[in-house]
Amino acid sequence: MPKHHISLVVNGKKVEADVEPRMLLVHFIRDVLGLTGTHVGCDTTNCGACTVILDGKAVKSCSLFAVQADGKELLTIEGLAKDGQLHPIQQAFWEKHGLQCGYCTPGMIMTSYWFLRKNPNPTEEEIRNAISGNLCRCTGYVKIVEAIQYAAKLMQSKELKK
Amino acid sequence: MYPAPFEYFAPKSLDEAISLLEKYKEEAKVIAGGQSLTILMKLRLARPKYLIDLNKIPGLEYIIESNEGIKIGAMTRMNDIAENELIRKTYPIIHDAAINIADPLVRNMGTIGGNLCHGDPGNDMPSVMIALNAVYTVKGTRGERKIKAEDFYIDTFQTALEPDEILTEVFVAKPEPKNGSAYEKIKRRVGDFAVAAVGASISVDENLRIKKIGIALTSLGPKVLKVDTSGLIGSVANEDTFEKVGELSYKTAQPSSDIRGPAEYKRDMAKALTIRALRLSLNRILGK
Repeated sequence: MPKHHISLVVNGKKVEADVEPRMLLVHFIRDVLGLTGTHVGCDTTNCGACTVILDGKAVKSCSLFAVQADGKELLTIEGLAKDGQLHPIQQAFWEKHGLQCGYCTPGMIMTSYWFLRKNPNPTEEEIRNAISGNLCRCTGYVKIVEAIQYAAKLMQSKELKK
Repeated sequence: MYPAPFEYFAPKSLDEAISLLEKYKEEAKVIAGGQSLTILMKLRLARPKYLIDLNKIPGLEYIIESNEGIKIGAMTRMNDIAENELIRKTYPIIHDAAINIADPLVRNMGTIGGNLCHGDPGNDMPSVMIALNAVYTVKGTRGERKIKAEDFYIDTFQTALEPDEILTEVFVAKPEPKNGSAYEKIKRRVGDFAVAAVGASISVDENLRIKKIGIALTSLGPKVLKVDTSGLIGSVANEDTFEKVGELSYKTAQPSSDIRGPAEYKRDMAKALTIRALRLSLNRILGK
């Protein structure tokens, strides 16, 4: 099968590659770009471990082909921290212990990143609905929800300081 | 998991997409949001030789209201439908169904066109559109044609689309002043397909007599099923009537037993969900 030349922006940097059409976006991210923070969980659109931000929207990168990301802007968990400073959502998951094994965490954080930009001051119910496509088999979600609530506060106070 | 190899095309116009379909016919598959097809390909349940991606075609993502009704472009993402205020207020059945499809991340990619054309009897939007008497616009090599939602579904994974045709738009007429609609769905867990679901839309006169009624069943047969409710026009919208409509749904349903439940249970749910959807529709008319 002919390969396709794709060009996209990943975590602020331009990336070009030749990909086979059947290469999934998550494998491109992990195996070609070496960004292994994006995880493969169920591989069938259920678990959300592979969640990334594509052109501003949280999507499951196991369910898209790399070729479909051509011309788009991609943000992965590696692109969140700036100058050695954790992103407020990462900080919140750290401080509130929003994880146990950590497998679902990058996906949870990327979904939160998309969701909190849309809804900076969410209710608990809205948070639970937002992460309904991200499965966690350790925590029972209580600490994750607390972390996202705390992240919302951190992000708002950061906005106020500007 | 990798799909079988395929050749990929990302046409920039509908005409280009249609000519690719004309060239490759049954060996080609159109991909919209890909939230069903990509998985089927990964599981090797689908092995198209040619994949025609609609995502680079401009002008297929829109929700437009007019005096006649609402037009939704085939590539409109399910989340944009779920979050649309006009749809929530005027066509609550569409909102009910949209917020219950998979999860927000899948809905960021998933499109209404994909949900309508996939042909899985577990897809939610087909029932909604049948209940609302919607009309689909499809385009192919011989031009454009309109297909009523109720005539679109032939069998499991089979629709009225010809191999060279693409759905471009769905149209729902403006509801009458006293119209209410609802979608009731039972699922085993968040994000799952329906065990059973029912879409209902009713319009009544000032004495609550039914002027129009549409009922359709999801996950209750080999394809989405329309319930023939023509005998109930003129009946008063009340619990007795809803019970009768529920009976019709019970008789229309052709469920099979599977991991989501035994057939007898699903058939009972066809009735229960019909009554619930009608009750909610009436409450919405009454502003309750």
